[in-house]
Amino acid sequence: MRTLKTLAASVVAAFALAGVAGAAEEKAGEHEGGALGDSWKSWHAKNEVSNVTSLQRGARNFVSYCEGCHSLKYVRWSRLGTDLEIPEEQLEKLLLPPGDKPADYISASVPAADAEAWFGKAPPDLSLIVRSRGRDYIYQFLKTFYADPSKPTGVNNLRLAGTAMPHVLSELEGVKKAVFKTEEVKGEDGTTHPEQVLEKFEMVLPGRLTEAEYDSFVRDTVNFLDYASEPAQVKRQALGVWVVLFLIAFTWMAWLLKKEYWKDVH
Amino acid sequence: MVTPSSTAPSPQPPGTPKKGFKGWLYKRFPVEEFMSDQLTGYYAPKNFNIWYYFGSLALVVLVIQLLTGIFLTMFYKVGEATAFDSVEFIMREVEWGWLIRYLHSTGASFFFIVVYLHMFRALLYGSYKAPRELLWLFGMAVYLALMAEAFMGYVLPWGNMSFWGAQVIVNLFGTIPGIGPGLVEWIRGDYGIADATLNRFFSLHVVAIPLALIMLIVFHLVALRRTGSSNPDGIEIKDKLGPDGKPLDGIPFHPYYTIKDIVGVGVFFILFSIVVFFVPTFGGLFLEAPNFEPANPLSTPEHIAPVWYFTPYYAILRAVPDQRLGALLMFAAVAVWLFLPWLDRSPVKSMRYRGWMSRGALTLFAISFLVLMYLGLQPAEGLYVALARIFTVIYFLFFLGMPIYTSLDPVKPVPQRLTYHAHA
Repeated sequence: MRTLKTLAASVVAAFALAGVAGAAEEKAGEHEGGALGDSWKSWHAKNEVSNVTSLQRGARNFVSYCEGCHSLKYVRWSRLGTDLEIPEEQLEKLLLPPGDKPADYISASVPAADAEAWFGKAPPDLSLIVRSRGRDYIYQFLKTFYADPSKPTGVNNLRLAGTAMPHVLSELEGVKKAVFKTEEVKGEDGTTHPEQVLEKFEMVLPGRLTEAEYDSFVRDTVNFLDYASEPAQVKRQALGVWVVLFLIAFTWMAWLLKKEYWKDVH
Repeated sequence: MVTPSSTAPSPQPPGTPKKGFKGWLYKRFPVEEFMSDQLTGYYAPKNFNIWYYFGSLALVVLVIQLLTGIFLTMFYKVGEATAFDSVEFIMREVEWGWLIRYLHSTGASFFFIVVYLHMFRALLYGSYKAPRELLWLFGMAVYLALMAEAFMGYVLPWGNMSFWGAQVIVNLFGTIPGIGPGLVEWIRGDYGIADATLNRFFSLHVVAIPLALIMLIVFHLVALRRTGSSNPDGIEIKDKLGPDGKPLDGIPFHPYYTIKDIVGVGVFFILFSIVVFFVPTFGGLFLEAPNFEPANPLSTPEHIAPVWYFTPYYAILRAVPDQRLGALLMFAAVAVWLFLPWLDRSPVKSMRYRGWMSRGALTLFAISFLVLMYLGLQPAEGLYVALARIFTVIYFLFFLGMPIYTSLDPVKPVPQRLTYHAHA
């Protein structure tokens, strides 16, 4: 009985540990007076990689808005078609760039050298961007572009200040202005000093999508990039359930066997 | 006690003629002798508790690492231009490649979890004390080889943290006076961490160190067979023999502990699988986010930290303002483990019969090891550095103060026979 309890406790502990590891990543920013402040840093993508229709929309978004400059050099079109349940005929008609074969890896339309000349920095490959930066990072990045006339692209970004990337989604989201206010902030040494704090965003030029529509557009796109960063992840979790169930049954039987053998140890 | 010959198969004396294939084989290969020496005739104390699972589990992880490593080597392409891409190829295009890779990367972390718990068991029950000093030293040699193996393995995917982690750790050898700079160049095979470094780390990781590891583990087990296992009471079962010459408190390793260990392996695999299938990066602890970017000598990650199993030592390194002194202290923190059998002056082995001094010291040490582990993952600034200094002092006091507090410790009388209650 004790062994069984230990076993159950260990399983619970492992889940708790996994939870702690996940929770450690989350840090919320809070601000007084209803100002946005740093609260955008705790916006979550909340995407579901198992949602295939969301992934299909995300793939469409990626091909329409990202693939001009960004490659997914580890993802083949054909693999994408299989995983996202897109029939080959549709894949070739709707997604595949002219001249590309289904077995090709997803490349950017614009040569990297040209893009580097235009933007000052080659647009990064996005195959692993969600794994290296996190899904929330990408979500926050795509949601915090704001007008900044001092920049060559006319925009700046809260998540990645001074980004070389233009706001390619501005026709959808529109262009928003960031309103800052000065707030007395307590420093580490206890003294207060004035600091620029984000109060709110103000839409100056509306886009084609409503705020809610743009939000789900971004979530789908992040979801697709999440998939692209580890195409096996849905299969991995689905398989994991069976593996763990099998192991629990196996361990239970091993424990019964042990009990039987140890009967004669006094 | 065991009722003889009921369940434990007693092998016939060697030389007994047998017919058929068995007879043919036994004449040519000492199957029975091996079984009786190593398993059925090897008597282990009957009161092993949960702490005694981790030795066999370490062996299980070793096998996981060897098997998955063999398959990874079939697809991994060493070289600074190909390494990163080949790992992604394994993750995406090799059949079950993602599983093999996650088993291997999770296995690395679980190896250390298991080994640290195994070492803590030794501290808890004085398993390193005479006559098991050599057993302890072989174990420590396994630990050192494992650290080298894990470090070099971590460099192979050639991610940005691989690169910068290698940079930091290899440079530590540069702090050795006189030969330092030349030594670092010799290790790297280049003026910086480069293709040559990656190639030799691959060679060492897949050939040299695994061979050394296996050899050291064999020595560790051979030494164990000579002294016999210790136990939670810290008394020698060989001192109390029955009329048949077998230890009264001992039971044959096979079938009793082989079967019991299967239960342990089952529980282990459940926890292991939860990580492999549901949280393979373990929140960035087992696989770090910056390592999903290819190695880039021009872009330093925000915080360079080794993987969690090295961070107690890393925290000690950074606790000292002077780099050379810090490196020295870090090497000392690893080396000091070796002297444990001679630092401990307690007349009893097990914490069960030790006094508050030894118990308190071990508790403080365990806490300081975990806190240092945490601090090594944090940036070296402000409060973190101050805490790292305090716990570095506690870490060393545990070892250096041991001859004193183990001599003064009020110990309890040790029983003559093992404490064992059969389960209902």
